[in-house]
Amino acid sequence: MIELRSIKPDFSRWPVGSVRRRIVVNEVFKSACIAIASLSVIVLLVLLGSILVEGAPALSWKFITGAPSPDPKNCGIGPVIMGSIWVCLGCAAIAVPLGVGTAIFMEEFPPRSTIARRFHEFVQLNITNLAGVPSIVYGILGLTAFANMFGLFGKPDEPAFELGAQHFRQYVTEGTEVVLIPIASPTDVPILVDSMTVETFDGKPIKLIVVAPGNELPQDASMLKKTLWSDAEGGLITKKPWYYLRLPFGRSILAASLTLMLVVLPVIIISTQEALRSVPKTLREGSLGLGSTPWQMVWNVTLPAAIPGIMTGTILSVSRAIGEAAPVLMLAGIVYITKSPRHLADDFAVLPIQIYYWAGQPIAQGDGINFQNLAAAGIIVLLAILLAFNALAIIIRQRTQRPLS
Amino acid sequence: MAQATTLEPELSSSPPRLLAELPFRSLRWIRVKESFVKFLLMGCTLFSVMITLAIIILLTVEAVKFFRMPGTSVSGFLFGTRWNPLLGETKHFGVLPLVSGTLWITAIAMSVAMPLGLITAIFLSEYSPRKLRAILKPTLEILAGIPTVVFGFFALTFITPMLRLIPGFQVDIYNALSAGIAVGILSIPTICSLAEDALQAVPRNLREAAFSLGGTRFDVSVKVVIPAALSGIVSAFLLGATRAIGETMIVTLAAGNRARISWDPRVEMQTMTGYIAQVAKGDVSNFGVEYYSIYAVAAALFLLTLAMTFFGHVIRKRFREAYE
Repeated sequence: MIELRSIKPDFSRWPVGSVRRRIVVNEVFKSACIAIASLSVIVLLVLLGSILVEGAPALSWKFITGAPSPDPKNCGIGPVIMGSIWVCLGCAAIAVPLGVGTAIFMEEFPPRSTIARRFHEFVQLNITNLAGVPSIVYGILGLTAFANMFGLFGKPDEPAFELGAQHFRQYVTEGTEVVLIPIASPTDVPILVDSMTVETFDGKPIKLIVVAPGNELPQDASMLKKTLWSDAEGGLITKKPWYYLRLPFGRSILAASLTLMLVVLPVIIISTQEALRSVPKTLREGSLGLGSTPWQMVWNVTLPAAIPGIMTGTILSVSRAIGEAAPVLMLAGIVYITKSPRHLADDFAVLPIQIYYWAGQPIAQGDGINFQNLAAAGIIVLLAILLAFNALAIIIRQRTQRPLS
Repeated sequence: MAQATTLEPELSSSPPRLLAELPFRSLRWIRVKESFVKFLLMGCTLFSVMITLAIIILLTVEAVKFFRMPGTSVSGFLFGTRWNPLLGETKHFGVLPLVSGTLWITAIAMSVAMPLGLITAIFLSEYSPRKLRAILKPTLEILAGIPTVVFGFFALTFITPMLRLIPGFQVDIYNALSAGIAVGILSIPTICSLAEDALQAVPRNLREAAFSLGGTRFDVSVKVVIPAALSGIVSAFLLGATRAIGETMIVTLAAGNRARISWDPRVEMQTMTGYIAQVAKGDVSNFGVEYYSIYAVAAALFLLTLAMTFFGHVIRKRFREAYE
């Protein structure tokens, strides 16, 4: 309790004449409050303004769709946007079920025994603590647990286990065409036989002409395109379909998704818990009174009622994953990417890392677009994506909001 | 939406059905399903506990590996005043320069964010004129949603050049001051919303009593509401400081890469998070002593933030003024 004695009127210390002074103090304080509170609005405007001014010259359709390049004038951000989308979707696909499941367990299945109550309290404290762990620590965990897998499967660059990889030996014919011979394992070397069927780079089958050393090559140019010396040496090429996976995950989209999942999981749990808590108790009691089991009550009554809140919180948490840079920096470092990712184990770059890389470049003297402009333009793209997410959350909140009690 | 319709069954359109016509569900099947779902959900819950365990075990094991390497020791790490693991003939692993950098940045950030956040919170909670509130609330939400790398860029390309414009004020290109200010701006929304929650939790009748005794709004908020909400406000400050300590992207961009103990915030400094990020982005060999040093630094960082989160939690629970 606050001590009531401290606010007991003491007329000797508060003479009537001081009323005017106190009113003046109040007015001054109010003005100071308005000034200080407006400061954050000013800061936001200055921040957005300075970024717009710097980024606008670099922003164009070519920038949004093009690929990164060492030349700031022809630089784009297309594959990076795709990387961010892949990572964000992967993160949401794992974090949302886990987070919502945890929140349902914590809110809808109240502990009955003392041990269960202790467990509940411990988990709640643990979630609060997880929300306060610096994201770079999650980055270290992700690097060790997901990218390197504690070294259990060898080095991340040489995966011990691969799923869906098709290995080929690649040869260049005498007519400078590329042909591929499928092999079972990366170390196999096929024996070249005359008139064996091989694939072109596009996957079309052709018949190979193999010439032993010392013999003469065919003269015809179209024949020459299919001709190989029998002692020709080929390089290894691996085609990776969309379902390609490997262990350890390495510096891949999957590892980054899992790491960002760790970062956003506590946030999703806490926001879902709040959404579930806001469902009136009478709804639950009505459902239980009609004879439903706890899970039937959750599935048919509580979850449908809490879905708008859960989705709003989840979308906002996942949008945090898009802007999160430190864990991805730990995991993948700065990678130079020119192609959009094609499978979950592919290399990738995300928007905040690309912005970080550009922002760290030395400022070039002279005219034209420099890396600072590119960084600002990248920030505009990133903020636009985040704005879209927030707008989506607001729309969902307004569409589905209806009084429950 | 199929689920939502179950909330409002259209009673008029469906004819009443006999109980016997309802699909029969075996009770045993329902019980099995019930316990299966409960186990599944418990598995989800255990996962979050496993994350904490994984962090603690990983950091301990790898930090022990670091301390077993030649040239490192626990006391040298905790009390050493030189940190140069990447350059130079002899490598020194004393974490104090990194801690000093972290404390400098946090102190600057808090001296920006604490007054601004608290006063904005008082304003929103106690004065709260509608028009300004309609501008302030979204502003703070937008500020809270902006990625940290954006603040880093802002510190590097706007705050530092502005500081350099001040005559007679020598500032390095990379400096702790601008990074600290940017981290402070970042922490304002966190502190403000937590402090506002604490102020809102103070019961209305306390305010009404103070008003009826003739207090002005200033008297009520400063002499009654703030003392009553003090535990919540302190815990908001602690949480804000925890965020500031763990902040990475701003400090790697704007504070620089030189670990040193200095009394001058205008020079280049490195924080604990900044060092980890520096090792991560560079091509440091995966098994050298400098690679394992990030685990030791991360362990120190984790313990520091864990202690602060825990402390904030305890303050909020223990020293909360219980009314009703």
